[in-house]
Amino acid sequence: MNLTTRLPGLTLKNPVMPASGCFGFGKEYSQFYDLSELGAIIVKAATGEARYGNPTPRVAETSSGMLNAIGLQNPGVEKIIEEELPFLRSYDTPVIANVAGSTVEEYVKVTETLNRSEDIAAIELNISCPNVKEGGVQFGTDPSLAKEVTYQVKEASDYPVYVKLSPNVSNIVEMAKAVADAGADGLSMINTLTGMQINLKQRKPIIANKTGGLSGPAIKPIAIRMIYEVRQALDIPIIGMGGIITAEDALEFLLAGANAVAVGTANFQNPLACPEIINDLPSVLKQYGFDSVEDVIGKGHV
Amino acid sequence: MITKQLLTIKSHMQIAEDTFEVVLHSPLAKELKPGQFVHIALANHMLRRPVSVAGVDTESETFTIIFKIFGAGTRELSKFQAGDSLDVILPCGSYYPVDQLEIDHALIVGGGIGVPPLYYLAKTLKEKGIKVTSVLGFQSKEQIFYEEKFQALGNTYIATNDGSYGKKGFVTDIINELNPAFDYFFSCGPTPMLKAVSGQLDGHKGYISLEERMGCGVGTCYACVVPLKEDPKKSKKICKDGPVFSANEVILT
Ligand SMILES: Cc1cc2nc3c(=O)[nH]c(=O)nc-3n(C[C@H](O)[C@H](O)[C@H](O)COP(=O)(O)OP(=O)(O)OC[C@H]3O[C@@H](n4cnc5c(N)ncnc54)[C@H](O)[C@@H]3O)c2cc1C
Ligand SMILES: Cc1cc2nc3c(=O)[nH]c(=O)nc-3n(C[C@H](O)[C@H](O)[C@H](O)COP(=O)(O)O)c2cc1C
Ligand code: FES
Repeated sequence: MNLTTRLPGLTLKNPVMPASGCFGFGKEYSQFYDLSELGAIIVKAATGEARYGNPTPRVAETSSGMLNAIGLQNPGVEKIIEEELPFLRSYDTPVIANVAGSTVEEYVKVTETLNRSEDIAAIELNISCPNVKEGGVQFGTDPSLAKEVTYQVKEASDYPVYVKLSPNVSNIVEMAKAVADAGADGLSMINTLTGMQINLKQRKPIIANKTGGLSGPAIKPIAIRMIYEVRQALDIPIIGMGGIITAEDALEFLLAGANAVAVGTANFQNPLACPEIINDLPSVLKQYGFDSVEDVIGKGHV
Repeated sequence: MITKQLLTIKSHMQIAEDTFEVVLHSPLAKELKPGQFVHIALANHMLRRPVSVAGVDTESETFTIIFKIFGAGTRELSKFQAGDSLDVILPCGSYYPVDQLEIDHALIVGGGIGVPPLYYLAKTLKEKGIKVTSVLGFQSKEQIFYEEKFQALGNTYIATNDGSYGKKGFVTDIINELNPAFDYFFSCGPTPMLKAVSGQLDGHKGYISLEERMGCGVGTCYACVVPLKEDPKKSKKICKDGPVFSANEVILT
């Protein structure tokens, strides 16, 4: 079974990669399995300077998912390049850096700094974090801002740019078109949906930030619908994510039009989620009548 | 080395109101140190539940956990039986550095579900010939567990919030009255208790163990951070750098 999938700047031996923020910089999960098994690795967001993030509690469990409001905590792009990325060199797996910021200038600065690193193959432009006060999701919900930041980052970057879209919009195709027009090499979708959970005993939101981003199987139908709509409108490569737990879920994303998939929350429940999906994928593809991954992409459209 | 294993439940029994003791078999049992926790998966729950190690038996390759029903997850955990298996990540987190410390007399201060890891610690200290005094707090008489087991290791004093057993009030009331001599204190329990205890015992050497809602439990997601006293803009992860911290290391909120 041929699991290879090709995207701009990325030839992946299989279409499965951990999603940003759910895998740190790889060290912890390397204790559970050989990271070379992965199609790629998307690491935690990088901002211009170190960020502390939001107060705790930062997570809450929901039916079929979870809320998080980490607030982009990270050691800053310089430290990530110097202290985190070199560890991943020893694995035969391309690394995708996740770029975040509060201003267009910060996004550009992080992107330019990442040009210095030889340890990455692409960047994922995170304009969709719902958990920070400035920047993040405002770029991801206003098509003209999204276009502007994508254009500037694309100008600055030596690497292919995948723009990560927010599902917190009423017209996802409009957003996809805006960033495609600005030169995005690909899309990554979806980020989390803004939600809230209230503690009955304490009579207040569980998450200190009040709202958090919903992820996990609860959001999978939304992700599938959005990828389907964007695939109908555009030819652009898509890394699909949102609630993937099994190889069947991954197949569904490919049918909707994703060229590769990312697995987030499932890593927390099962640290072996990614390798298990990769192992199961050939037999699942075969069971549903496919000979290769590239064969499946977009075949779910009527 | 941290791994995910399917472990068989050797015994599962209720030991106090809403409180259960479960013995699990694992070849890794002997590697579990006092203060460390295991991370348990439950069907129909997205996130695992962290539970402390309350004891280890190297010969039978088993370890014990003790938990109280708090919500849906721990309720589900209470319904398992001997012979069932559990999906567990272990060993998780840091431990009380007993081998590195020069101790003659340890003061153990525990509250509620913070008591289980302290039993394993107290037992380990006692085996090393260290004198142990324990001060334990529970909500009520019905919730008390392991009193005799602690007594067997050294003087043990109990407080209950409602006064139905021992001293009415908090562990800090007992410490006030007792004014015990000790060279290190070790405390685990709800954050308000840890705050009160570390305030009361300020200036003494000690270790505390913290709780926080977790995502991954292995150090990747930044859900469980706690700010550092030396620089509140910096933090450590309770699941990986903790749950055990030296008494003056972190800011309790
Ligand atoms: C390092 C560590 C060690 C622990 N050791 C023990 C122990 O030995 N015995 C024991 O009874 N309890 C222990 N706890 C607390 C235990 O993890 C919670 O009581 C349990 O997760 C509650 O789950 P639930 O589904 O019953 O409650 P719910 O409120 O339904 O849980 C909802 C979510 O919140 C999380 N959560 C709720 N309360 C806590 C809490 N206090 N700490 C962390 N997460 C929480 C749950 O894990 C779950 O993700 C420990 C917690 C930590 C962090
Ligand atoms: C704890 C947590 C942290 C996350 N951090 C980031 C991040 O730093 N950057 C980013 O682009 N997405 C982040 N995400 C979003 C995920 O990458 C992913 O888009 C989303 O969770 C949907 O996938 P899932 O349902 O498989 O988790 C985070 C998600 C979670 C649960
Ligand atoms: S729970 Fe994920 S870093 Fe601690």
